[in-house]
Amino acid sequence: MDNTDSVAVKEACARFDFDPKRLLDILWQVQDVNRCVDANALTDIAQATGLPRVSVDGVASFYHFYSSRPKGRFAIYLCDDIVDRQHGFNDLLAVLRDELGIAPGQITADGLFSVDLTPCIGLCDQPPGLLVNQYIAGSLTPAKLRRLLQDLKKDSHPGSSFTQGGEGQNGNSLIQTRLKNNIRRRGAILGSGQLTESGLQNASELSSFEILETLRASGLRGRGGAGYPVWQKLDTAFRQITADKVVICNADEGEPGTFKDRVLLTEQPDLVFEGMTIAARATGASQGILYLRAEYRYLEAWLEERLAQRRAEGLLGSHICGTEGFNFDIRIQRGAGAYICGEESALIRSCEGGRGEPTSRPPYPAIQGYKGLPTTVNNVETFCCIARIFEIGATAFARLGTPQSTGTKLFSVSGDCRKPGVYEFPFGLTVRELLNHCQADDAAAVVVGGPSGQIIGRNEFDRRLCFEDLATAGAFVVFNSTRNILEIVRAYIQFFVDESCGYCTPCRVGNVFLLERMDKIIAGKGETTDIDYLRQLADTIIETSRCGLGHTSPRPILSTLANFPLVYAALLKAPNAGSQPGFDIQKALDEARHLAHRGSTLYDRDYSGGVS
Amino acid sequence: MSETLASTFTIQVDGQTVTVQAGQSIMEACDAAGIYIPRLCDCEGLVPQGSCRVCCVDINGRIQAACTQPAAPGQVIGNETPTLNAHRRTLVEMLFHEGNHLCPICEASGRCELQAMAYRLGITQASPYPYLQPVRPVDASHPDIALDNNRCILCGRCIRASRDIDQKHVFDYVGRGIHKRIGVSAARLAETDASLEDEAIARGTCPVGCILRKREGFDTPVGQRLFDRRPIDLDNAVQHHIPTQAVPAHIESDPP
Repeated sequence: MDNTDSVAVKEACARFDFDPKRLLDILWQVQDVNRCVDANALTDIAQATGLPRVSVDGVASFYHFYSSRPKGRFAIYLCDDIVDRQHGFNDLLAVLRDELGIAPGQITADGLFSVDLTPCIGLCDQPPGLLVNQYIAGSLTPAKLRRLLQDLKKDSHPGSSFTQGGEGQNGNSLIQTRLKNNIRRRGAILGSGQLTESGLQNASELSSFEILETLRASGLRGRGGAGYPVWQKLDTAFRQITADKVVICNADEGEPGTFKDRVLLTEQPDLVFEGMTIAARATGASQGILYLRAEYRYLEAWLEERLAQRRAEGLLGSHICGTEGFNFDIRIQRGAGAYICGEESALIRSCEGGRGEPTSRPPYPAIQGYKGLPTTVNNVETFCCIARIFEIGATAFARLGTPQSTGTKLFSVSGDCRKPGVYEFPFGLTVRELLNHCQADDAAAVVVGGPSGQIIGRNEFDRRLCFEDLATAGAFVVFNSTRNILEIVRAYIQFFVDESCGYCTPCRVGNVFLLERMDKIIAGKGETTDIDYLRQLADTIIETSRCGLGHTSPRPILSTLANFPLVYAALLKAPNAGSQPGFDIQKALDEARHLAHRGSTLYDRDYSGGVS
Repeated sequence: MSETLASTFTIQVDGQTVTVQAGQSIMEACDAAGIYIPRLCDCEGLVPQGSCRVCCVDINGRIQAACTQPAAPGQVIGNETPTLNAHRRTLVEMLFHEGNHLCPICEASGRCELQAMAYRLGITQASPYPYLQPVRPVDASHPDIALDNNRCILCGRCIRASRDIDQKHVFDYVGRGIHKRIGVSAARLAETDASLEDEAIARGTCPVGCILRKREGFDTPVGQRLFDRRPIDLDNAVQHHIPTQAVPAHIESDPP
């Protein structure tokens, strides 16, 4: 049909050498130019790259930000995280409906605007937030949003009140935001003084063995949540005898309620790259990838500039730090909207241009990962720790924190508190201490580690944040006593339903069943037997799922059943003797009503649905 | 990692000693030893993918898919345990409720592995889960083949057979999460090069009634089919294996 469409597709494929492994980048360019990846584009891309058409379709349909139908010239993605929902989301939605006349999932008649919802975009410390093409904005009010829409209509560009004045590097001309960093407390990672670059310099003089030994002595564990000893992962890759190896930085910060990687990438990108380079030195990798979540696309130009600068300074490329044979470079891989890509094997698949589905282990990525090469994947914060360890020394690092959780941890604090933001503390402080620091006066529940972590109540506030007790990747969302716990649980289960890759049965289907039952309970139709139902279902999902998503997705329910049992009990009725548990007479009658265009004489006394 | 594996070793499965050839998965080792592990997405002759999870077994206290997990020396494995069979029942019920599986009107009844697995696991009455009742379009565009995605259990056997044996790649997964389904490599099946001779289309590749060969429906009356006669087990599971040359496997024509 339309020729310009085809031209754009051919250009996109050519730009990435028709390489099927760069399918995500190709799809992004097509999406950007055509505002969609439609059926024709699928055929064209398949032809140009040699991929089966259905496989291109499979990748395009996997990621949230590729769309088969056209998006607006300004594609607005309003963040619908629970924190945003509790802090002005509905007002913004009303403004969008008012000003543009469209609801989520729709596009204006002139094609100028589309509105969609999107999970946490990493701005829980400054909600509500949204994305518009490559722009990001937080702390929005109805007035500010109206102004943004007017700017876009008039000048096709958000005005300076959205692209300038950000705190620290957020105001950099390459970042163009008005975001805040909200760094509330600094420690060994965020530092107080200037970065000396001495970490890489020091490490470049060491052998792989010495680097691994230093990391072992530091006790450093991965900051992504699982807490695997970092030296072991690197050591496994180091021991593989292959032509090349890969170091990947996981900047797919998708856990709702976390945003500390956003701040690190904004303020300390060199520290991240330095850590990656040291890891490359340890394993013998020459290829590096920073997997950047699509929501942080606004940081790309800034990160590319930092990479270019490092190449110019001899800190990337060949003979790094003047060391013969120390060759390493980093490319940025933009994700396309998929929480599951935070799982390392899914992330690797995504880097290879595939559907972001986890792979079966063995083989482990450290043995066979990206393009079959030994690959180590670590969190943004972990790489910062690596760089600092070679700056301050393993002993000084290990002295911080607790015996099993050395060093400091960055916490992303948000929700109902007066000082949301990033707090860096040595591991081991209590929940209560952190609540005091962020001035949460009426904390009733805290989500520690995000939806995949735990929702705890007041009786757990003396627990310590460390691997020995409450392990966390850093999300710390505070809810006060006016919040509805079940609505929070429901929002998180919905998140897992939306983000399950669908590979395995228990996660794909089981989470939908959990959500259905939560809806039933919230609607006041729950029975006491529903608790057993939820527990049994959760057990099968946790025990039989293939990856971490399914192993953790029932946790919002299980942790609130344990910590807030009365919230459930208050809503549950004893099952009606003789009736089938879970049977909903109104729901059962709905289809018949619809077909017959009339209600039921017997049951319509209670009926509130729309009989047409 | 440094441990070198002898060419054979043993594992324990439900208290029985099983000899393993190095490199075998738990499923392969058990198949060879005549021990049946229930399964739906796995099929001899295809790369295992571990997606249905019905073959979950307890390996030293941890549940893993037998089809993708390599056997290793010293493993103590539980297979036919009440806990695992309860999980398997739930998984099979999930698949029933995810799609539209109306056995009495389905052409695959009696040779359907989902149905047979339900009987094997003792699912004899309605389960408590909600029916998701998908409304996915049926693709009957191809002169010889019809696809009813509403009956698909996403086992991906057609994908692997088409890709690895037929070398056609007619099918693949599209969509994500609960919206994940099998797509075809064109707007509709008629525009692909799928044919009745494909392994992907051979009877037995699709374990349910999603891929239908036109004009062959009900050639064997319901009631006289394989799983009408005997429960699903190792013997008839192996009959589903896909030969390396493209010959459709007609299970019903096998002697009783």
